[in-house]
Amino acid sequence: MTSISSRRLRKELSEIQTEGCPTGITLLNADNFETWYFSIEILGESLYQGEVFKLMFRFDSSYPISAPAVQFVVNQESTAPVHPHVYSNGHICASILGTEWSPVLSVSAVCVTLQSMLASCKSKERPVDNDRYVRYAPDNPKKTRFHYDDDTV
Amino acid sequence: MSSDYDYSDDEDAFYDDDEDMISTGSAPSDDDMDMEFADDFKVPQHSPRKAYEIEHESLSQQAVEKLSAADVDHISSIFGVDDSTASLLLRHMNWNKERLIEKYMDNASSVSVAAGVSTPSRASPSVTGPAPIRSSGSRRRTTRQTPVPKAEPWVCPICFDDSQTSFLSLSCDHSFCAGCWTAYITSKIREEGEHAIRCMAEGCALVASDSFIVSTLAKYGEDGDGRTQERFQELLVRHFVGANPHLKYCPYPSCTYTVSCPSASSRSSLTTMVPTVSCGANHKFCFGCSVDSDHRPVICSVAKMWLKKCRDDSETANWIKSNTKECSKCQSTIEKNGGCNHMTCKKCKYEFCWVCMGPWSEHGTAWYSCNRYDEKAGVDARDAQSRSRASLERYLHYYNRWANHEQSAKLSVEMYNKTEKKMEEMQITSSLTWIEVQFMKRAVEEAERCRATLKWTYAMAFYLDKGNEKELFEDNQR
Repeated sequence: MTSISSRRLRKELSEIQTEGCPTGITLLNADNFETWYFSIEILGESLYQGEVFKLMFRFDSSYPISAPAVQFVVNQESTAPVHPHVYSNGHICASILGTEWSPVLSVSAVCVTLQSMLASCKSKERPVDNDRYVRYAPDNPKKTRFHYDDDTV
Repeated sequence: MSSDYDYSDDEDAFYDDDEDMISTGSAPSDDDMDMEFADDFKVPQHSPRKAYEIEHESLSQQAVEKLSAADVDHISSIFGVDDSTASLLLRHMNWNKERLIEKYMDNASSVSVAAGVSTPSRASPSVTGPAPIRSSGSRRRTTRQTPVPKAEPWVCPICFDDSQTSFLSLSCDHSFCAGCWTAYITSKIREEGEHAIRCMAEGCALVASDSFIVSTLAKYGEDGDGRTQERFQELLVRHFVGANPHLKYCPYPSCTYTVSCPSASSRSSLTTMVPTVSCGANHKFCFGCSVDSDHRPVICSVAKMWLKKCRDDSETANWIKSNTKECSKCQSTIEKNGGCNHMTCKKCKYEFCWVCMGPWSEHGTAWYSCNRYDEKAGVDARDAQSRSRASLERYLHYYNRWANHEQSAKLSVEMYNKTEKKMEEMQITSSLTWIEVQFMKRAVEEAERCRATLKWTYAMAFYLDKGNEKELFEDNQR
């Protein structure tokens, strides 16, 4: 891992540890500079009241020039939220994780964006192509070329 | 003369250099080349272009860069903007100068914003002048490599490094440290093949100018060998070539030549000619399609149609031909896999005899043998069938010949190698020099070219209408 990404992650981590995460988001695990885990819940009025989800960030050496791989953790303990942009395997179709990624964005900025994406959801449903996508999805969501067609949700 | 110097004559390959010097000026008188062709290969064949040859020009990467630079110059002088801006505007408009001028005259600021040349908020006052130059000070976006003195220790928002001393920004004033910019530009160019590199700030649509990219890479680039810059130039050239219908990249792997062929730039022109061109490295290809490098005499669309037919039909057709018959009423293909000769077509329920193909009603009680001798109905039925057979057979006739030539073309690679050995042998055993034995190689090459043309004449003949012209054509083909 090159110095730029680890330096940046170290800074982000120390910022999170000193100033804390945004409300509703908790750092679960950041033992290395490759994979971080957060828990995320939506506070206030929303369709996801009382639900807690687990987010996984994967960084490679090109972070922050290129986006981290972000997805919801799906296992025995946690599931992915039912949302038109979240596939049942935890992959997220959000433009800021793909073409709209900017190196200025950070881990907590991504968390906040995802939080608001969930908060503004009006109907709990899976993406229309969920079954087809999940069957053939690559392990790393960054390898998928999402088509960002809906800015409203 | 040098501008339309014709590289497509492969025979010139070894004499390119001197020939250019010898023949300048005197070339057009040289039109009796057909006679000289056979007996003296050393005579430079500088004939006027033959009717089937298409005027084209091979351009090196530098020449294409020059062409695009001319466009950029033109735009920058009309709009009164610097070259980098003009280049961004042109790239945004896919190098369509006319449309750019029209749109820019119509609404300069919206075009500038869309092209990422200026930011929306301050676009209106500044675009009439040189758009990307900051009005507030002497710092031009293109030259802002210099460390910006900051009173407080400045932390780059990307790497969070406060020890960095040099910061760069586009005219949007989003500054980041030089290291991050370099890494970002390098990754965009090398990994994504992107020539329009946007500011790193979130939601900022400003695009980095060429001069910003080039100077940043030159000053801070880590690879040292300038490969990123080279790649960037290549991306620009590719974009320019891709946007110009009369330019095409040579499709051969790692060839960097571009061919300009204005007469074949429109789709409609491809219906009347076959633009077989060759690049500066003598790679021959068809300017209009990717079907085959030289598919004369048939035009691109026919060649494509023929290949499609071959892929669809040939194997299946062979099988169908030997194993099935057609219902003489509805022409559906029927395979007889057992039972007696009394057939009932599954599709039209027509009952007929498998042996004579005539209607079963005339067979009476002779179920297991057809003893009828050609009565009218039977003849008619066989006629209809043979017509459809004939069309298949006609196709197979041409296909087999076409495929034979295709097959031999593949084998001729071996022949080529053999020839080279033979040439070496000849040099040793006889007093011939290296140059003098070249005729063998040329003969093989010529034979290959002839074969390619002959091959495609079969596709041509298949699609020709019946008539005198076709007869003439097939006579020539023999």
